[in-house]
Amino acid sequence: MNTAAKPRRTMNLNLGPQHPATHGVLRVELELDGETVVKATPHIGFLHTGIEKTAESKLYYKVIPMTDRMDYLAPMSNNLGYCLAVEKLLGIDVPEKVKYARVCLTELTRVMSHLVWIGTHALDLGAMSMLLYAFRERELIIDLYEACAGQRMMTTYFRVGGLAYDLPKDFDKRVKDILQKVPPGIRDYERLLNNNKIFRQRTIGVARISAEDAINCGLTGPSLRGSGVNYDVRRANSYCGYEKFNFQVPLGKNGDVYDRYLVRVEEMKQSLNIARQALEGMPEGPYRAHVPGVVLPPKEDVLSKMESLIFHFKIITEGFHPPKGAVYQAIEAPKGELGYYISSDGSAKPHRMRVRPPSFVNLSALPKMVEGGMVADVIAAIGSIDIVLGEVDR
Amino acid sequence: MDDKIRQYFEENFKEAMVRQDTFRDQLSLYIRKEFLVDICRDLKDNDEFRFELLADICSLDWLGQADKTEGRFEVVYNLYSIKHRYRLLLKVRLPGENPEIDTLTNLWQTANWLEREVFDLMGIHFTGHPDLSKIVTPDDLEGHPLRKDFPLTYEVPQFSWNKNDPPEVIR
Amino acid sequence: MGLEEKIPDGVMLTSLDKMVNWARKRSMWPLGMGLACCAIEMISTFASHYDLARFGMEIMRPSPRQADLIIVSGRLSVKMAPVLKRLYDQMPNPKYVISMGACASCGGVFNNYAIVQGVDKVLPVDIYVPGCPPRPEQLIEGVLKLFEKVERESLKNKAN
Repeated sequence: MNTAAKPRRTMNLNLGPQHPATHGVLRVELELDGETVVKATPHIGFLHTGIEKTAESKLYYKVIPMTDRMDYLAPMSNNLGYCLAVEKLLGIDVPEKVKYARVCLTELTRVMSHLVWIGTHALDLGAMSMLLYAFRERELIIDLYEACAGQRMMTTYFRVGGLAYDLPKDFDKRVKDILQKVPPGIRDYERLLNNNKIFRQRTIGVARISAEDAINCGLTGPSLRGSGVNYDVRRANSYCGYEKFNFQVPLGKNGDVYDRYLVRVEEMKQSLNIARQALEGMPEGPYRAHVPGVVLPPKEDVLSKMESLIFHFKIITEGFHPPKGAVYQAIEAPKGELGYYISSDGSAKPHRMRVRPPSFVNLSALPKMVEGGMVADVIAAIGSIDIVLGEVDR
Repeated sequence: MDDKIRQYFEENFKEAMVRQDTFRDQLSLYIRKEFLVDICRDLKDNDEFRFELLADICSLDWLGQADKTEGRFEVVYNLYSIKHRYRLLLKVRLPGENPEIDTLTNLWQTANWLEREVFDLMGIHFTGHPDLSKIVTPDDLEGHPLRKDFPLTYEVPQFSWNKNDPPEVIR
Repeated sequence: MGLEEKIPDGVMLTSLDKMVNWARKRSMWPLGMGLACCAIEMISTFASHYDLARFGMEIMRPSPRQADLIIVSGRLSVKMAPVLKRLYDQMPNPKYVISMGACASCGGVFNNYAIVQGVDKVLPVDIYVPGCPPRPEQLIEGVLKLFEKVERESLKNKAN
């Protein structure tokens, strides 16, 4: 039989913007030969909000609520990155209590983000009840958020120079409660999924990416560590006091979906460990730095002292003027390396606020992971990269 | 590590450097655009530095501030070396009309989408890019939103005193 | 038991409107149109703590052909607006729209070139639920108000 007789025709399948498993509005155009994916092209931009453009017309502290809404599964991480970048630009230092509180809350945010990830990833692969279990644990952390900041999700709790309000009086008790109730939940997930035959068959050997390809494609975060590369911004370029804490960075071996899953589950346990250390070591002290002219004074002072009132008025109406220059501050967000490049020209509004979105760069590696595999593996791959469309499109 | 980089540039790329800057412990080098690809290839392959991760490509618009002397657009390449835990910023200034620069997709795959986004939002053309097209903005939006002369397009919210009028858009 | 005591000899008198509205409101299936942050609060409302299944919304249907209610949760960008209109057109009658959150109701925090200032520029909206994002209890209140609205409908007057 002459094998070069007819060329095989491929079929175009559209994994459209509205799909239960694409974690938001993502469109992937697949070219299929039978069930094998020949070419995959992601199309994004369905959630483009113009945050970078809007940030150029707002004062520095007014941008903080907009940063919440980019990666909406881990809002406090985004706030932390922005506040650290502006503090680096201004050259101010925050009190020790603020550092410990920020670390504690950011690690609990990481746990929260990974809980949503594990719930939706398992739901895509068929384990539907995982979503309900994961959201049950998430409600505990959301209760803590509500006690601290008054809001369930978009907290805007960190400010330039400190926190928005002081920590609540029962912060200790609430965090200890979380540290007691969440680990049994994580053990439940491991018992359900680690040795589950269906889960293993759908994830081991699927969407493999090697370490060199991963670095070349710009992957960061758990997706990169699943391939065995030891790059964690908390260890490499420590920020906000992370060098004082004792934690391990989990690494994978093969770079497939199963390894990324194991890395993230282990990261959840390490995050709870760091949160415990931060809680135990938290010193007493002010919750905002004392830098007149830049950092808003606490409300008690504003209502009683005259200079604080004047500074408060001036900062709210006019804003502060950082020196000219540009800084880049990277943090380890749950999705990868989140970076803020803020350029200031001496005025009260940022000249350019650029966000280096981890999900955008991770998603650009999707075609490499998926081509040559089956259609059903595309869903597993999208889930394992853990994208948030609000951050991809900004 | 700062000094090693400065020395390396002094020896090999003296004519490429315009100036260098250290702000808040971060070294940034302003280079000429013709030497960009050679410098990046050197920094990536050289065993001493091994800048394997291209973290970010950022574009700025200096309209009204320094565009007469230095060029309106600035592109910042953010290189990171995992082995040395060191970050370097390479900055290139481009003129206002027809800003063009060579692409880095042959060295790093990350540059593909990052350059597309810079083209979409700022209008800087990358020669040699495999597929330079719009990525985040809608297909019917003309212009490049992040430029300073593109208006924010603020729409006045409807209150009770103007609820019967058509929505007014301030361009 | 309950119903048999009120029905003498197994005959019940009611109006067709009431029966149809009762059936429609107690088994409304929403379409999962989760766009942005409000979608996470919507998923929380469907999860076990604030259960929305007790109101009849047992399953979130992925396909618009099988859904009655579209909960637009999240900011609607200009690129996504034609897609949303097409989804709405594919839904069979009777269909209802809840606009969840500030960004869907009026543009919210974002007032610029990329966000449509309110879903009602694209679709006819029945209930607006404010909040950024609205608490699950607020969404449940919105759903109950929608049920009250459905109760008041009449087969004769519904403009379809």
